[in-house]
Amino acid sequence: MQGLVEIRWHARAGQGAVTASQLIAETALEEGKFMQSMPEYGPERTGAPLRAYTRVSDEPIEIHNNVTHPDIVIILDDTLIELTDVLEGIKPNGKILVNTRLCKEDMEEKLGCSEGIEVAVVPATDIALDTIGRDIPNAPIAGALSKFTELISLDNLLDHVERSFSEKFSQQVVQGNLESIQMAYEDVSY
Amino acid sequence: MRDVKVVASSGDLMIAEAFRQIDPDVVAAYPITPQTIIVERFAKFVADGLVHTEYVQVESEHSAMSATIGASAAGARAATATASQGLAFMWEELHVASGMRLPIVMANANRALSAPINIHGDHSDAMGSRDTGWIMLFAENAQEAYDNTILAFKIAEHPEVRLPVMSCLDGFVTSHALERCEINDDQDVKDFVGPNKPQNALLDTDNPVSHGMFANLGNVYMEVKYAERLAMENSLPIIKNIGDEWEQVCGRPFAPINTFGLEDAEKVVVIIGSAAGNFRAKARELRAQGEKVGVIGVRLFRPFPYQELAEALSKAKAVAVLDRADSFGSREAPLCLEVKSALYDAENRPLVRNYVYGLGGADVTMELCQKVFEDLDDLMNNKKPAREVSYVGGRSKE
Amino acid sequence: MAWDISKEPEWTYQELPEGLVAIEAGTSAQYNTGAWRTERPIYDREKCTDCMLCWMHCPDSSVLVADKVMTGIDLFHCKGCGICVEVCRFDALSMMNEEDAKGIGVCEM
Repeated sequence: MQGLVEIRWHARAGQGAVTASQLIAETALEEGKFMQSMPEYGPERTGAPLRAYTRVSDEPIEIHNNVTHPDIVIILDDTLIELTDVLEGIKPNGKILVNTRLCKEDMEEKLGCSEGIEVAVVPATDIALDTIGRDIPNAPIAGALSKFTELISLDNLLDHVERSFSEKFSQQVVQGNLESIQMAYEDVSY
Repeated sequence: MRDVKVVASSGDLMIAEAFRQIDPDVVAAYPITPQTIIVERFAKFVADGLVHTEYVQVESEHSAMSATIGASAAGARAATATASQGLAFMWEELHVASGMRLPIVMANANRALSAPINIHGDHSDAMGSRDTGWIMLFAENAQEAYDNTILAFKIAEHPEVRLPVMSCLDGFVTSHALERCEINDDQDVKDFVGPNKPQNALLDTDNPVSHGMFANLGNVYMEVKYAERLAMENSLPIIKNIGDEWEQVCGRPFAPINTFGLEDAEKVVVIIGSAAGNFRAKARELRAQGEKVGVIGVRLFRPFPYQELAEALSKAKAVAVLDRADSFGSREAPLCLEVKSALYDAENRPLVRNYVYGLGGADVTMELCQKVFEDLDDLMNNKKPAREVSYVGGRSKE
Repeated sequence: MAWDISKEPEWTYQELPEGLVAIEAGTSAQYNTGAWRTERPIYDREKCTDCMLCWMHCPDSSVLVADKVMTGIDLFHCKGCGICVEVCRFDALSMMNEEDAKGIGVCEM
């Protein structure tokens, strides 16, 4: 993808959306891009719906505001679709990536989005449970995003996650996350 | 110039980095959102032995500033950080720091003031302290927060300045968001700032001095305050020189005001902080359509660069001044008062409209930027706004 | 540096030290607090036992002592508060109106 790419994340607190946003932004930085990553800060309560934003660009980014017209919307929990207007302001040719067990067609129907908007689905929670052993779908969703949008390369993402997670987590957790990224990269369908 | 590290970092983390590189003798601070990350990260640097700083954990911001004042008077290079209610709680001590001419550096992650309680960014805290005798720098992004903080130490300690400096950054938008940032080499920063050269230090026992003298009679007090006014006024060219010197090191320019499109702009927005970029992005778009628009981002608020501003606006026809704080009971909000003051003696006196925006972190959308530029068309067509100060954004209309 | 505060009343922002720091120690010794006095302690060497009670209590360190012997009152700094008279157990000190005391031989600084 070229130019300024704006992502809006819909998630529940505790799902790791902020970390995922950072992973994407930091990987893009390592690819020589300019980036921004920020959550919408509020009282942090596990389970509460939250939004986060990521910007990636070839040029310096000078705007500092919420992403109101996203190129990409990422939904980390498909139960949020009934609670929030996840399509609000999305660009006419925008992309939506959803963590869900539904197939692409069912998700398209559920979202009711207009033509021109591309939908991708990935069972990131199941992948996270299989690989990491916990319901934290942030790493697999980043893998799915890499395949779906080509915003960042898979190799660079894996390399970044390995380095940054190794500072904080056990080797077992790091490997689980790497595996989840690979698996989601392969499983995402659009 | 030695190596420069490119990192994904936030304004708070970048200020903590600047503090680490400068390695102050004393940091006394109390955590408050959205500044907490600065002192949290710096406390880690202390614990990890990366700095030699004496880190003083205090029980309040009032104590933080008091301890910093004591340390600075003792001859230490002293720094602190705060935000919002914390800065408000420091208020009486802010005057002590400047009145005693102590070169203290304080980071301030701008946040709204209660009530109602709100943890998000606006400039109410800093604007409330604009008459306390502190030099005030505002960052547009995390990079400027880093650069301004490095400049702050050198400005504050300059023998002809000797005033405390506040390095402000917008809460959350700049303090917490990750951006692409450059961190200069540790030694380059240390060489630039130079060693601490204490003046009239209490701990210099060979040359005993007393600080905090009594000047109960108005005439002496007047003289001391006049000296403070002169020091503040005279600091402007020194600040510019120090900014130029830093540009020689890092390649990033410094100016009291960042200007865009001013060579021919008729409609100009004047603004402080992170939202300047939003207006610049909108101005780029409008200029591509042939509109003569420009943006001024004010980076130095005290001393206020009146002459620079008047010169920058010498071709402007209509100006929108955007304030992220209000001054209740005043005809205009703080920045607009300064802009109008700068224009009073200018040859070209454009029409001026004042907006209050972004209070309590209200988002500065591109639609808001568009509306402000459109309003300037109305102003140029002699359509007066309904009110002297318009609230824009949030849920309000005019 | 020698800091002559006798010209202090003429100082402006240019001469006053930055931040109103007292840039030398002990300059208060040059301040004539004796001018505040309306009464002064008169000292009787005959009755004095050099017990040092007055020396200990004087708030302005104006009781002059040499080799453990009281030698007089420092009238440049004595404010005439009378505490020395209050604490003296030997009637060696008494207060006298300044006007009446003029010319009486007391030890001066």
